Amino acid sequence: MVPGTSPPVRKRMEWVIETIIRVLGFSAVGFVAMIFVFLLLEGIPAFVRVPLNNLFDSLWYPSLGLYGVLPLIIGSLLVTVVAMLIAFPLGIGTAVFVREIVPGWAREILKPLIEVLAGIPSVVLGFFGMITVAPIIRENLGAPTGLTAFTGSLLLAYMSLPTIITVAEDALDAVPRSYRDAGLAMGATQWQTIWRVVVPAARSGILMAVMLGMGRAIGETMAVLMVTGNAARIPDSLSDLFMPIRTMTATIAAEMGEVARGSTHYHVLFGVGLILFILTLAITLSAASVMFRRRTRGGLR
Amino acid sequence: MSQQLAQKLGFVLLGLLSLVVIVPILLVIGAIIYSGLPAVSWEFLSAMPRDGMRAGGIYPAIVGTILLTLGTGLVAIPVGVGAAVYLSEYAQDNVFTRAIRLAIVNLASIPSVVYGLFGLGLFVLLLQFGTSILAGSLTLAIMTLPVIISTSEEALRAVPMEYRTVSESLGGTHWQGIRRIVLPQALPGIITGVILGLLRAAGETAPILFTVAAFFLPRLPQSPFDQTMALPYHLYVISTQVPAMPLQIQHGTALVLLAFVLSMNLVATLIRSYFRRRREW
Repeated sequence: MVPGTSPPVRKRMEWVIETIIRVLGFSAVGFVAMIFVFLLLEGIPAFVRVPLNNLFDSLWYPSLGLYGVLPLIIGSLLVTVVAMLIAFPLGIGTAVFVREIVPGWAREILKPLIEVLAGIPSVVLGFFGMITVAPIIRENLGAPTGLTAFTGSLLLAYMSLPTIITVAEDALDAVPRSYRDAGLAMGATQWQTIWRVVVPAARSGILMAVMLGMGRAIGETMAVLMVTGNAARIPDSLSDLFMPIRTMTATIAAEMGEVARGSTHYHVLFGVGLILFILTLAITLSAASVMFRRRTRGGLR
Repeated sequence: MSQQLAQKLGFVLLGLLSLVVIVPILLVIGAIIYSGLPAVSWEFLSAMPRDGMRAGGIYPAIVGTILLTLGTGLVAIPVGVGAAVYLSEYAQDNVFTRAIRLAIVNLASIPSVVYGLFGLGLFVLLLQFGTSILAGSLTLAIMTLPVIISTSEEALRAVPMEYRTVSESLGGTHWQGIRRIVLPQALPGIITGVILGLLRAAGETAPILFTVAAFFLPRLPQSPFDQTMALPYHLYVISTQVPAMPLQIQHGTALVLLAFVLSMNLVATLIRSYFRRRREW
C-alpha cells in the first residue's frame, strides 16, 4: 500500500484510471465512426448538387463544372490491379523463399531489409520514381512521357510488397510443423511439400496478404501523384497503360488545397474521399472476414 | 533424380524472385545517398531557404518535421498505449472487443489522404485550429494509433501470466500489477512500437497537405497554432511545384528525410533486439 493514501481514496483513483483506460480502449471505434460521419456530412452534398449523370460521367473538368469521377475510379483500379499482378508473384515467392527455404541467419538479414522498404516515405519513393524510373520507362518502352500508369503500378507494387510478404510469411509460419514432416515422410521433396501441402494450408492467410496489399496500394497517394502524370482520361486499350492517368487519391491531394470551403468542388472531393473510404473498408472487411474465419475454425494455429 | 532437379530449379527461381524484391530496395537507398550526399552540408541543414527555395538550407522543414513528430507522439502515445492496456489487460472476448479490433484494422487501412480530408474538415475548419501544427499533429496521431496499439498490445501480451498472478497474490490491485509489473516489463516492446508508428507519421505527406504544411515559410513556427514547413511536403513541393529547382537541393532533401526516418527505424530495431536478448522470460 502506498503510504499516505487511505484505501478509499486510492480505490477511487483506481476507478478513475480504469475508466480512462476503458474510454481509450474504445477510442478507435470512435475515430472510425467520426471519420465516416465527417466524410458523409461533407461528401453527400456532392451527390445532391451535381446531377448523377454528370458525376458518373467520363469528364473531370472541375473548372467547367464537369465532375465525372469515372476516370479517377478507373485510374485507381487500373493502377492497383496492375500493381497486384506484379506484386503477387514477387511477394508470395519471397515469403516462401524467406520462410521455407533459406536458413535462419539469412532470414535475419532479409526480413529487416524488407521492413526498411516499408519505412521509406512514399514521397521519397515518388521522387525516386520521377528522377530515375520514369526516364528509364520513357526510353525503353517508347512512351511519350515516363509518367505513366505503369510507372505508378511499378512503385505501388514495391510499396505493397512489405505488407504482402509479412502477412504471407505469418500465414506460412502458422502451418504446423507436422504438416511439413508428414509431407516429407511420404517421400515428397521439400519443393513438393511446399507447394502441395504448406502453401495450400496457408492459402487463406495468403489471400489476406494480397487483399491487405491491395488496400495499401489503392490508398497510396504521394508516389502515385508524382509519377502517373495526372491526366484524367479513361484508358481504352492495353497500350494506355503507358499513358498518363489520374487516381482518386492524387486528385484529392492535388486539388483540395485550392478549393474554397463549401464549394461544389470541395464537396465532390470529399465525395471522392468517401468512395475511397468505402472501397478500402470493403477490401479490409473481406480480408478481416478471412482472418476471423480462420481463427474460429481453429484448425491451424 | 528429376524431382531433385526440379526442386533445385525451383529454389533458384524463388531466390531470383527475392533478388528482384531486395535489389531495388538497396538501389533506391544507395542512389539517394549517392546523389544526396554532395548537397548536404552544415549550411544546408542549418540555414533558411533563400531565392524561392532555390538556395540556402532546409532548416525550417527539419524543425517542422521534428515538432510534428513530437506533437503526434504527445497525443498518440497516451491514447495508443492506454487502448493497448485495455485490450490486453481488461477486455473480455466479446462483441465489443471484436468491434474495437475491427475498428483498429479499419483505421490502419484508411488512405492517408482521407486522413488529410478528415483533419481539414474537423480540426482546421470545424474546430477552427486553422492550418496549424496542432491540427496536423492530431491528424497524424489518429493515423498512427493502429500501429501503436497493435505493437503495444503485442508487447503487453508477451509478459507471462505469472507476473500478474504473483502481483495479485501479494495483495496488489489489478491496476497496481499493470503499472508496477506489466508495463515496465513490456516497455521495450512499447517503445519500439511507438517509434515505428512515429516514423510513419514523420514521413507522411498526404495528411499534412491541407492541415499544416506551409509552401514556403522562412521562419520557425512560434506556437502550436502556427503553420510550418515539413520535410516530406518540402520534398514534394521542390520536386514538382517549383520550376528551375536545382536538382542538388532536391536530392539533398530526399536524403535528409530518408536518413531521419531510417535512423528512427534503426533505433527501434536495436531496442527490440537488445531487450529481446536481455529479458528473463
